[in-house]
Amino acid sequence: MVNLEQIIEDTATQLLRIAATVLPTEVIQELEKSNEKTKGELGKSQFKAILENVKIAKEQSKPICQDTGLVAFFVRIGDQFPIRSKIKEILVNATKRATKEVPLRPNAVDMFEGNTKNNVGLRGYVPWFYFDLVEGDKLEIIAMPKGGGSSNVGKLKMLPPGKGLKGVMEFVIEAVSQAGSLGCPPYTVGVGIGGGEDMCMNIAKKALLRPLHQRHPDERIAKIELKLLEELNKLGIGAMGLGEGPTVLDVHIELAARHPASLPVGVVISCWALRHAGATIDANGNVEWHPH
Amino acid sequence: MEYYLKTPIPKEKLEEIKIGDIIYLSGIIITARDEAHLKALELHKKGEKTPVDFEGVGLFHCGPVMKKDEEGNWLVVAAGPTTSARMEIFEDEFIKAFHPAIIIGKGGMGDRTAKACQEEKCLYAAFTGGAALLAANRIKRVKEVHWLEELGMPECLWVYEVEEFGPLTVTIDTHGNNLTENVKHNVMKNKEKIIKNLKVEV
Repeated sequence: MVNLEQIIEDTATQLLRIAATVLPTEVIQELEKSNEKTKGELGKSQFKAILENVKIAKEQSKPICQDTGLVAFFVRIGDQFPIRSKIKEILVNATKRATKEVPLRPNAVDMFEGNTKNNVGLRGYVPWFYFDLVEGDKLEIIAMPKGGGSSNVGKLKMLPPGKGLKGVMEFVIEAVSQAGSLGCPPYTVGVGIGGGEDMCMNIAKKALLRPLHQRHPDERIAKIELKLLEELNKLGIGAMGLGEGPTVLDVHIELAARHPASLPVGVVISCWALRHAGATIDANGNVEWHPH
Repeated sequence: MEYYLKTPIPKEKLEEIKIGDIIYLSGIIITARDEAHLKALELHKKGEKTPVDFEGVGLFHCGPVMKKDEEGNWLVVAAGPTTSARMEIFEDEFIKAFHPAIIIGKGGMGDRTAKACQEEKCLYAAFTGGAALLAANRIKRVKEVHWLEELGMPECLWVYEVEEFGPLTVTIDTHGNNLTENVKHNVMKNKEKIIKNLKVEV
């Protein structure tokens, strides 16, 4: 008998390690392209430092950035997967283990008790989970730690519906221009339109997990993504906000239905280090690592 | 221009340096983020001493990942800069109270800090955000740590000996110039133009 619980814990611990230490290949390629596109020396020096740093991280299996983020897991549980209710507890244990073993920076701070030192909150909310129940006998886990700098520049606006798509686009442009140099550009921008005030942020964050330059299946949204990408790159924020090189690597939009009275827009911004790692475990404990 | 500087840095040297210049710093840098700023300023107001002297050295906005080796010595795992803008609310007071030579962080700082930098002869220089291992590689020794128990690993004071720590891009000089503010000004102008001309076609 395989110890499925142990396999899940080991896999999740490893996912947190991969996410913190190995930047996805597509992100590295995008940063290399950005370096080539950049004309000024200040901008180029930033990309050079970024790419060299990413290389050292992978070679030495050390965190790319000291801010190893607030830990979140996207979890899709197959209805035939043998372990279900215990998954949360297992992933919490994996978070504690990864904090020691990688190591990750202890980033869970309680308002009254201070830093918990293990990346697990005292009140049950951190790490944060996005659970989804799906058909089948597999368990998919994606670890997505997110740094504080780029989280701080996220934005929500409840627009009057009369502002329409133009209002949405203006708000995204406003949000990125205000993010400026603060969240470590070049950014990847996730936009959630519709749902309620919490749902738009939720789908905006999920939008960051879509592969770079993969457009939304609805052509109309795809077109807006491309338009925003073009316009945002005219802002001139540049690498690390020094005014040279690309400002945004890509824009991903997710759309939900909205209440007739609301037009919620969520903007979730990732720093250049768009970190995530995923794996799928089947009922027999076989682990399939997602391409990284 | 590129400068190789060693702490303590005399004020005359700092005055030569302009925004857009690159610095490689050797000597002492001390980490301090939000909590350490607050605590140091509180002590200063009470007329009490801080456990370290910031004068003439580098003040590093950084919350590192550290670990202990088998003999109990501290090792730097990752130590990139944190967003400096959070310290804007009290950095001018800090500069006036403690006189660091160079503030190192990321994302730049605002008018209040630039004014204090001009008055007290201090620089602000940006290290590439997220480049935590490049930074760690230039830290040669962990000299001291203070307030670790009270403030925790990211917030406490780590005193590092560094060698050619950089590249650091100067974005605030001692003459009142602020590169980040210049870029910001441009971005806002561009934004107005983009929004004015924005057309939605779907």
